[in-house]
Amino acid sequence: MERSHYEISLWKFLPIKSLSFSDPPGGGKSSLLRVLNRLNDLADVTHQEGKVLLDGEDILSLKTDVIALRRKVGMVFARPVVLPFSIRENLTYGLEVAGEKDSDRINGSVENSLQQAALWDEVKDRLDDPAIALSGGQQQRLCLARVLALEPEVILLDEPTSGLDPISTGKVEESLQGLKQDYTIILVPHSVQQAARTADLAAFLLQGEMVEVASGDTMFTNPRDQRTQDYVQGRFG
Amino acid sequence: MKSSSHLRYKQQQFGFSLLTIMTFLTIIPIAGVVIYILVLGTPAISWEFIFGFPRGGMREGGIWPAIVGTFYLTLGTAAFAVPIGIGAAIYLSEYAPDNKATRLIRIAIINLAGIPSVVYGLFGLGLFVLFLQFGTSILAGSLTLSIMTLPVIISTTEEALKSVPQAFRTVSISVGATKWQTIRKIILPQALPGILTGVILGLERAAGETAPILFTVAAFFLPRLPSSPLDATMALPYHLFVISTQVPGMPIKIQYGTALVLLVFVLSMNIIATTIRSRARARRQW
Repeated sequence: MERSHYEISLWKFLPIKSLSFSDPPGGGKSSLLRVLNRLNDLADVTHQEGKVLLDGEDILSLKTDVIALRRKVGMVFARPVVLPFSIRENLTYGLEVAGEKDSDRINGSVENSLQQAALWDEVKDRLDDPAIALSGGQQQRLCLARVLALEPEVILLDEPTSGLDPISTGKVEESLQGLKQDYTIILVPHSVQQAARTADLAAFLLQGEMVEVASGDTMFTNPRDQRTQDYVQGRFG
Repeated sequence: MKSSSHLRYKQQQFGFSLLTIMTFLTIIPIAGVVIYILVLGTPAISWEFIFGFPRGGMREGGIWPAIVGTFYLTLGTAAFAVPIGIGAAIYLSEYAPDNKATRLIRIAIINLAGIPSVVYGLFGLGLFVLFLQFGTSILAGSLTLSIMTLPVIISTTEEALKSVPQAFRTVSISVGATKWQTIRKIILPQALPGILTGVILGLERAAGETAPILFTVAAFFLPRLPSSPLDATMALPYHLFVISTQVPGMPIKIQYGTALVLLVFVLSMNIIATTIRSRARARRQW
């Protein structure tokens, strides 16, 4: 794995509603995202240095309770992966492994998270059907709801719409707009346009280097760095 | 131009026919064995033959002690080989780091599968019967058969675990599950049908083996049922060997009747395994 340096303090972003990373393929955004909830622990990453601060705590520290961190920093992957359970069980899985026994709370979170992910109306009558029976777009919103059920602070989304048709993409983006009020959202967009549509704050990565961080408006209309400008205007990537 | 494509068409026809013939050739011995044993063995089957004890130098009566013995041996083998085999497979598939030691363990397991069964028998005699002083007993026989069965169970279980999509693991970890919770709640349940199939196929092999039980458990003639795990017992494969080669003047229908019972015992396990596998495939959600 290539060595990359990032300097990010998440608490600095907390007042800001959503952040998009943007970069050409291979720029390191997925790896960066996987640093933020320590999913890189699963890959054989041999070298990692630096700090990632969440609520003032360095999450890369050896002392970090990784399990608790992953509940606080949820993740939605590029391809929707529903667990081989029913729709309901997909949502309760995270609470269940965390040892939540209160059935009122569990049931409440099922409806709540589905509402937030704009999926409730479509599935409320068949919560006990296998989740795999849902369409691709519904599955991805279920994955989002699965994260929301844990009431995280930060939601990481790794090109969540890359496998979806435009209508499903619209629905996912729409629910993200609503979620900006309550959560810090870090999105790897699947196109420059999506970044421009969704980001309050945008960052441009190139081959592992963070080229520019700016507010969404500035980034896509008046970037400082020449390389950012070239990318945004579609000269490469 | 036309004749060349005609020639290639002919070649293809020839190739297909050849492959079809070869496929049928493989079926002939299987069908042959089954039909032969059915024809010669069925006349022997009776209430007394199944549930009776051998009499008259085993030339009359039944084979009940051998059936019970094989059943106990299969159960005993399962008791040792299933937990150890599945545990080892989970470790190898989910936890073991990819290093020299792990590779060495894997090679050892693969080679364990290649050891001739009579060598297991000798090893069982040395270790369990003599050194650990279990005597010729169901315990010693089950342990010997377990060692022989372990590689089958480990490799099929590992295969079943590996076939569960990696993405399930990543997602489960990402919502805050531990690795152990992931294995218990997702990986094992999803892999269970594959594991069961492997277990049954392994036990089926154990049930039919003669050499490993030859020195460790099997009694030549013991017309009573075993009363404890430290008792010796008759067993179907060994009984078949005995009545086929060691007893002069043995009626042929008793030999084939015994073979038929053994075949039914093993084949029914096979059918159970196949049924589990196909049912699980139909229900699988990935």
